Amino acid sequence: MEVNEEIWELRLYVAGKTARSVTALANLKKYCEEHLKDKYVIEVIDLLVQPQLAEGDQILAIPTLVKKVPEPIRKIIGDLSNEEKVLVGLNIRPAN
Amino acid sequence: MSLEPSESTKMHRTLPKSSSGMRGLDEITAGGLPSGRPTLICGAAGSGKTLFSMEFLVHGATRYNEPGVFVAFEEKAEELAVNVASLGFDLNQLQADGKIRIDHVRVERSEIEETGEYNLEGLFIRLGYAIDSIGAKRVVLDTIESLFAGLTNQGVLRAELRRLFEWLKEKKVTTIITGEKGEASLTRQGLEEYVSDCVILLDHRIENKISTRILRIVKYRGTIHGTNEYPFLIDDEGISVLPVTSLQLNHPTSVERLSSGIPALDKMLNGKGFFKGSSVLVSGTAGTGKTSIAGSFIDSTCKDGGRAIYFAFEESPHQIVRNMRSINIDLQSHLDSGLLLFSASRPTLNGLEMHLLNIIRLVEKFKPNVVVLDPISNLITVGSTSEVKSLLTRLIDFLQSQQITVMFTALALNDGKAEQTDESISSLVDVWILVRDIESNGERNRGLYVMKSRGMKHSNQVREFVITDEGLKLVDVFLGPVGVLTGSARETQQLLERTSEAIHDHAISRKDREIERKRLVLESRIAALKEEFESVQEELNKSYIEDELKKSILNDNRKELTHKRDNLL
Repeated sequence: MEVNEEIWELRLYVAGKTARSVTALANLKKYCEEHLKDKYVIEVIDLLVQPQLAEGDQILAIPTLVKKVPEPIRKIIGDLSNEEKVLVGLNIRPAN
Repeated sequence: MSLEPSESTKMHRTLPKSSSGMRGLDEITAGGLPSGRPTLICGAAGSGKTLFSMEFLVHGATRYNEPGVFVAFEEKAEELAVNVASLGFDLNQLQADGKIRIDHVRVERSEIEETGEYNLEGLFIRLGYAIDSIGAKRVVLDTIESLFAGLTNQGVLRAELRRLFEWLKEKKVTTIITGEKGEASLTRQGLEEYVSDCVILLDHRIENKISTRILRIVKYRGTIHGTNEYPFLIDDEGISVLPVTSLQLNHPTSVERLSSGIPALDKMLNGKGFFKGSSVLVSGTAGTGKTSIAGSFIDSTCKDGGRAIYFAFEESPHQIVRNMRSINIDLQSHLDSGLLLFSASRPTLNGLEMHLLNIIRLVEKFKPNVVVLDPISNLITVGSTSEVKSLLTRLIDFLQSQQITVMFTALALNDGKAEQTDESISSLVDVWILVRDIESNGERNRGLYVMKSRGMKHSNQVREFVITDEGLKLVDVFLGPVGVLTGSARETQQLLERTSEAIHDHAISRKDREIERKRLVLESRIAALKEEFESVQEELNKSYIEDELKKSILNDNRKELTHKRDNLL
């Protein structure tokens, strides 16, 4: 896969250290380690600290994972508990 | 219809209200929307929800020092700015001044994958940030239902919406939430369940292919409010709601008089003309000069420095000005001096309510002394007689409350019976002038009657109404031996009378001369008799003197003789 050459830039928007955001981050890290080892960057943005950033990525739901690169931009909302959906959303696995 | 909260607002201090700044709305809501609470504005597509909300926000920011946040779920900030620019709102400037903040929330389903639990804290944070950044007191969510299209988890959404409204209340911001009208409910997603304080329904109704915008307050907790359907208008000044049905019969009255512009008509109306603030109906068959009477009234008002609006439903302003010029009424000069305003529109352009709103809006802006509606009969083409009557009732009420004199013209059909327009509205008006064709001897003439004139003595006579190059005139009708005569019959009769008068005069002078002659004859005869008498007298005197003379002579002679005899002795 040519996508292997790229770096996944991932942003996880959370609002404080809630159980849900902790779960989401943990899930995300797990999937990335499994499927995108050394090819990803995770940036965690706490909107309670930086509320002005919510507008730029059109964040409504918390937690939201935004994949900016590679294109297309995708958003995955929720605690990322469904691995299958997350992998499809991140274009790691093609939807079937 | 002031923009400031009225007295009644102060009486209901229990529920604080935020003035909407929209004409008329504060009146029917007794002060505005509930402060610090959410209000739901629902209506079908194109009913004016976004505009309503934006106006509420902009007025808040500019007039009441309450900055506002507009959360647009459907339109981008730039699109919104362009859309409301037509109302004279400069959103970009307001945003730069920190008075308004527009936040475009885009929910794209194709971009979003849902997995696991989530909430809408992001929206809360965004909103909270926007509110805090400008110290907003007002918030608009337009249209929050878009969330339902973007997110699939309805359970989460509903719970979050409930939390959102509670949160907004805690934030003490006055919120407007717009919602699209649903099939059986007020909004598609049943937002009315969450917003229980104030619900306003906007509607765009089409009847007989003519649209009318309607506003109704479905509910408003904790306050009195108008419950009717109120027509409203969206134009370059934004939204105007006009609660013209709430009027009562307690207008001030005036004893001031206004000339009708036709001296003879004034004379028929107790010599002074109409009362200020009264309503005048001029009805008549086609071509009887109703518009000319109206034009003459306007001309006289403007000449006295008064202001007037002419609502023309049949002719264009240019046409009226031109036609009036032919009877020596110069309306153009009043237009130029700004005392006269024309508002011409086809009756079918708007629904009746819109016409009423237009009229009232213009009247409030222009503040005229006199208003003319020419002709009202055409309004029937857009509404039934009873609707027209209701409209006119409200219009008359409104104008009387403003002490504005109004003149309606109405076309009457010459069908022998009382005409329908006249019949239905004549009871509403104070003065009813009827101009009627009088047809005889192969010509039509106009007869003018004052059918009624409240509160003044008025003439019961029919006058012949003549339109001349110099203006309008009323001629005393000729009461000949054969009845009322008009037109050429009147002139013929007058001619006849003049002829006979001349003949009569002639006859009289001949008689005079004869008498003079007789007098001369008699006088000369008297002179002759006098002469005769004198000569007879002289004759008599002569003999008398002769006798005296004889007597004295005889005496002398006798004395002479006696003397002589004595001497002889």
